[in-house]
Amino acid sequence: MKYKSQQIAYWFFALCILLFALQITYGFIMGFARIGWDGLHDIIPFNTARAVHTNLLVVWLLSGFMGAAYYIIPEEAQRELVSVKLAFVQFFSLALVGVIAIVGYHFNYWEGRKFLEIPRELDYLVVVNVLLFLGLILTTLFKGKRQTTTAMVLSMGLLFAALLYLPGMIWFDSQVMDSFFRWWVVHLWVEGVWELIMGGILAFLLIKLTGVDREVIEKWLYVIVGLTFLSGVLGTGHHYYYIGVNKIWLVVGGIFSALEPLAFLGMALFAVYMYRKGEKKHPNKLALFWTIGSAIVSFIGAGLLGFAHTLPQTNLYTHGTLVTAMHGHYAFWGAYAMIVLAIISYSVPNMTGRKRFDKTAGHMAFWLSNIGMLGMVVALGVAGVVQVYLERRLKMDFMVAQEETKIHFVVMLLCATLFTVGIVMYMYEFIRYGKPSDEALEPAA
Amino acid sequence: MLSKSQARAFFLGGTVVTFLIFIGLTIYSFAPKNDQTNRDKLTAEVAKGKRIWESNNCMGCHTILGEGAYYAPELTKVVERRGEPFIRAVLQSPVPWAPNGRKMVAYAMNDEDTEAVIAYLKWIGEIDLNGFDRVVSPLSKGEKQ
Repeated sequence: MKYKSQQIAYWFFALCILLFALQITYGFIMGFARIGWDGLHDIIPFNTARAVHTNLLVVWLLSGFMGAAYYIIPEEAQRELVSVKLAFVQFFSLALVGVIAIVGYHFNYWEGRKFLEIPRELDYLVVVNVLLFLGLILTTLFKGKRQTTTAMVLSMGLLFAALLYLPGMIWFDSQVMDSFFRWWVVHLWVEGVWELIMGGILAFLLIKLTGVDREVIEKWLYVIVGLTFLSGVLGTGHHYYYIGVNKIWLVVGGIFSALEPLAFLGMALFAVYMYRKGEKKHPNKLALFWTIGSAIVSFIGAGLLGFAHTLPQTNLYTHGTLVTAMHGHYAFWGAYAMIVLAIISYSVPNMTGRKRFDKTAGHMAFWLSNIGMLGMVVALGVAGVVQVYLERRLKMDFMVAQEETKIHFVVMLLCATLFTVGIVMYMYEFIRYGKPSDEALEPAA
Repeated sequence: MLSKSQARAFFLGGTVVTFLIFIGLTIYSFAPKNDQTNRDKLTAEVAKGKRIWESNNCMGCHTILGEGAYYAPELTKVVERRGEPFIRAVLQSPVPWAPNGRKMVAYAMNDEDTEAVIAYLKWIGEIDLNGFDRVVSPLSKGEKQ
């Protein structure tokens, strides 16, 4: 670690880990409810558990992105963060908004719009919070000694993510328009600007871990984020096939979303190629595992599994089924959860000065969580196919078809247990590292 | 070989062009002649139904227009499938409705709110969904796929 102010990232990462643990807990509540064990229904009905599960994911990933930015931007800009105090204010307000939202969901305090359940009053607080965050990051960047492509792409991703939150705050009487603009936020986040953030973090990690020349890495970063937007923006059309808008989206969405895997393929090839080209001297192999793993799993989860149901002819039957949940789990895990876990694995040893990255627990965490998640995704995929076939093709009643999926949720819960063991080991390692220390600061060159 | 500035131009150029096309297509989609939602039938009661739908996070279990949580049935064609008296009974039930043991929250809704939700579901049921309406409609049973 070169700058003391980078230590603020640690607190965002700690919040990440805490919220991730809670997210998994609510995932189990949902999984058990699906096999008929819904003893918590009166306190935490499925819709509450679901809103908490997905919103915690969004908040912990955002907390991870923010932590990553606080760690990366000072190092890239070669100066301290403009204000650590304000960064702490931003941290506590983020945690506060998150806690109020999550508690509120248990008392019907929500907007009830998938992924954007945060009630309107809290939306304004989110806007203020993100403006403060962006102010700190961008001021640091532009006051810095250099503005690297990596830092610019990361900051641009964060800025666009904030701007794209706004269309989700417009009120529509029409469910169709509501859905249409909700996807401006959700799709253009996860299949657009978040990929910029992921690309920025990935480029930073590859520069640090492989030792490959920055110019080469950053050139390919532009190509990848270029491919992302070229396919992802018009690829939004795959959400518009069957929600009540013009048929033109069947053509536009079909073509461009079929191209979306290219960006993820580019990302995977880029990471693997840079690793092979690099010196392989960096001792933090665990961070490298998470980094390369993220690029590869995101290609499978977001790219290939997304493609599996993105064509209009397939999506006509899979739209609104568990097939979406299958794709969603692996895509979010690979593209965003793993890249956040990668930057944590890279930066925490640097912030604390403790080099525990060759510990068995850390490696077990990587493999168990990945194998567990793969199992969960296969179980969800089978359940999805069963649902599509029975309900959409054979026209069986919804609940009759659901009965047939129960066994797949038993398998999913078993795999989720394996996944959780991996994540608990990751958390154990995080705790064992302890807090950041000034002794970890590298002497000024 | 591609230079860094060419790569940057590809990124910026591609982004601007696709965003402009995207905005153009959005405007085209909502032009009155392309409306597939019977916008003129979207009454204040339908809008009220939508607010009740959202304030109870119905999408947290059900799906509508294929969007939601896949824990409870797709409701796009529910009025056609179940009829109004059935829906009224479910919404007004003081105890959790539990088909095959899977529980729904008991809303014990009053008459006014119930009618608003039904109006909303009816409006949804009449939208032209480019073929998806047939997939989720029971009336297509036996129809050639």
